[in-house]
Amino acid sequence: MNLTRRTALAGVAAVAASTGLAACATAGGDDGDKVKQGDTSAENPLGVSAEAALEVVIFKGGYGDQYAIDAGTSLKQKFPKVAVDHKGIQGVGEVLQPRFVADSPPDVVDNSGAGRLDLATLVSAGKLTDLTSLLDAPSLDDPGKKVRDTLMPGVIEDGTFDGKPLVLNYSSVLWGVWYSKSLFAKHGWTFPKTWDEMLTLNDEIKKAGLHPWTWQGKYPEYLNDPLVSLAAKAGGFDLVKSIDNLQPGAWQSPAMLAAAEAIYQLAVRGHIMPGSEGLSHTEAQNAWCKGQVAFIPCGSWLEGEQQAVTPAGFDMVMGTVPALTGSDKLPNGAVMAASSESFIVPAKAKNVPGGLEFLRHLFSQKVARGFAETAKALPVVAGATDGLNLSSGLGSVAEAVKAAGPNVFSYKFRTWYAPLSKALDDATGELATKRINPQQWAGRVQKAADAVAKDSSIVKHQR
Amino acid sequence: MRHGKYRFLVGALIVPLALYGVFVLSPYLQAFQLSFTNWNGVDSAPEFTGFDNYVKLLDDPLFLAGLRHNGLMLLVVPLAVIVVALALAAATKGTRVYRVVYFFPQLLSVAIIAVLWQFVYTPNSGLLNGALSAVGLDSWRRSWLAEPDLALWCVMAVMIWSAVGFYVVLFSAAMESVPADIMEAAAIDGAGSVTVFRRITLPLIWESVQVGWIYLGIAALDGFALVQIMTVGPGGPDNSTEVMGLGLYRAAFTFGKFGYASAMGVAIFFATLTIAALLLRVTRRERVELA
Repeated sequence: MNLTRRTALAGVAAVAASTGLAACATAGGDDGDKVKQGDTSAENPLGVSAEAALEVVIFKGGYGDQYAIDAGTSLKQKFPKVAVDHKGIQGVGEVLQPRFVADSPPDVVDNSGAGRLDLATLVSAGKLTDLTSLLDAPSLDDPGKKVRDTLMPGVIEDGTFDGKPLVLNYSSVLWGVWYSKSLFAKHGWTFPKTWDEMLTLNDEIKKAGLHPWTWQGKYPEYLNDPLVSLAAKAGGFDLVKSIDNLQPGAWQSPAMLAAAEAIYQLAVRGHIMPGSEGLSHTEAQNAWCKGQVAFIPCGSWLEGEQQAVTPAGFDMVMGTVPALTGSDKLPNGAVMAASSESFIVPAKAKNVPGGLEFLRHLFSQKVARGFAETAKALPVVAGATDGLNLSSGLGSVAEAVKAAGPNVFSYKFRTWYAPLSKALDDATGELATKRINPQQWAGRVQKAADAVAKDSSIVKHQR
Repeated sequence: MRHGKYRFLVGALIVPLALYGVFVLSPYLQAFQLSFTNWNGVDSAPEFTGFDNYVKLLDDPLFLAGLRHNGLMLLVVPLAVIVVALALAAATKGTRVYRVVYFFPQLLSVAIIAVLWQFVYTPNSGLLNGALSAVGLDSWRRSWLAEPDLALWCVMAVMIWSAVGFYVVLFSAAMESVPADIMEAAAIDGAGSVTVFRRITLPLIWESVQVGWIYLGIAALDGFALVQIMTVGPGGPDNSTEVMGLGLYRAAFTFGKFGYASAMGVAIFFATLTIAALLLRVTRRERVELA
């Protein structure tokens, strides 16, 4: 990037001018300096202007930003005159909030990391471009295949708000229960298929002098993941939907109660390492990596996060959450998955076609493979990791995706209704310390869900 | 000549005043304005909602929990800090080494203090539980920050620990300015050290103590950084360490309700102002004039 004082001043002036325009604009009158969509063709399905500049802001966190640089390079090969202004930053929200307010946002944003902007807020404020035209465009690798058909199941749905695809996530995250393959081999244990087997195995693990479970007590949401996964397996997709749609009594449904009871049993039977409720995620995960504990619940980022402290030969693998009952509605391999690294094209971006084209390159096989290699995470582009030599953890995650097939579920209420997630986290922390029982837990969370449903200031979504 | 002086003053002040106006006053004023809207942080045209946000505050269980906990902190922290600081200042008169040691926490940023104490309190490898085991008090071991009845007290202990040093130094300096002849006269009249402290030292350093009350009162209404970094949740377990500042932060940056968060900010602003005014009034005493 070539930022001189003059261009910076010009930029400031442009921002000031556009804010001024926005402030005095009547409906739709402020699109004067927008890049118009050009003619579309097989080579240029999104009608990108060959010369308009493109500004890309990427969250440069655990995954780095090399993959986005690669996407920019790929785009430039096709449109050599497009100046791609790539910025890899942290604190995306702080930097971009004023630009969204002033309606002069960048053309592509990876809205991720701790300081990201609240997606639900951006959606309800109408700040995002509908990505349907991108999804229906031919993919970069195979013109016979639409972009939407190159993605893993659930990815488009993850970014769909009230029927409109507005967000595309890049990294696929699965949630499960992690263990060390070598430790299990040493003791002759096998990962349980049902929750009853889990409890039996836990007793055996205890006899061997290990703690069966720990969890990242300081952040109770880590224990919610296995809990709501168990519930989804027992209650099926209908249960997941009823929870997300804030249906009355959904949290007190038999499947949800049974799942809470299952987690509660870990605490009741003394299967949880004492003190876990006061441990940060690093403390709990390190205790697990040291072999003091057999199981820990976590998302698929665990391997990358623990890289520096994992002993050689530990061979961590992620097991999918066991079946809750003998008559679960979802088959055994079903897994909770969501995607992260949320890519958006702001509605008021100057170069919307360019932004969409950037995403077409980002979601290509080549860039996605690079992501798997540099970021050590699973991209949402189907088949991108085929033939790559994956590490033990990432390999187990890729296998879990294959085993699950179409039985991938995810809850939306976390993104949609932050106050409900907070209430759920608090309640689960209490459940895992036996300060409340499953009935009380369900009662509390239901009350919070009802409060969200009643609150007219919270924008509601349906699925 | 005079004219030139004013020109110089204006010239020297205009830049800092402008900066103060832009970066301090205008955000304050905007917070007042935003507190009457439903601004979500990204919308360019928030709606005016009148006193809605303030009405909601009154039955928001999280905000009320924060208010309660800040209230408890207001009762405990200033009193504890002042008592401990006075005792330490009196006990270490003349030995400067201790004062330097007590002052150390003041040199650490709040974030570092919070992280350090998290290590002290951590259940399985923490210093506190380790020390208890070392002296045979295994039954006293706790998950300090994870028990609702203890967590807030653990946070307050850190607040007190980190504040005491500064007030030891403040009170020591004040005590040194108490004339030695008065002390001697009292001692000759047969006053014990407690009486000397109560009847002579304390009244003569009261102004410093009064300053301490106000600073500590304001600090007790905050506590955000410690709670955010140290506690379970944060603000937990089960909201047992919720403070108003944390509620504000969460409302704005997690729930995307900037208008509502601004209303919280305005409420905290007035609470702080009231406390400061009350403390000034309550702690007012007749000033002792030293001839």
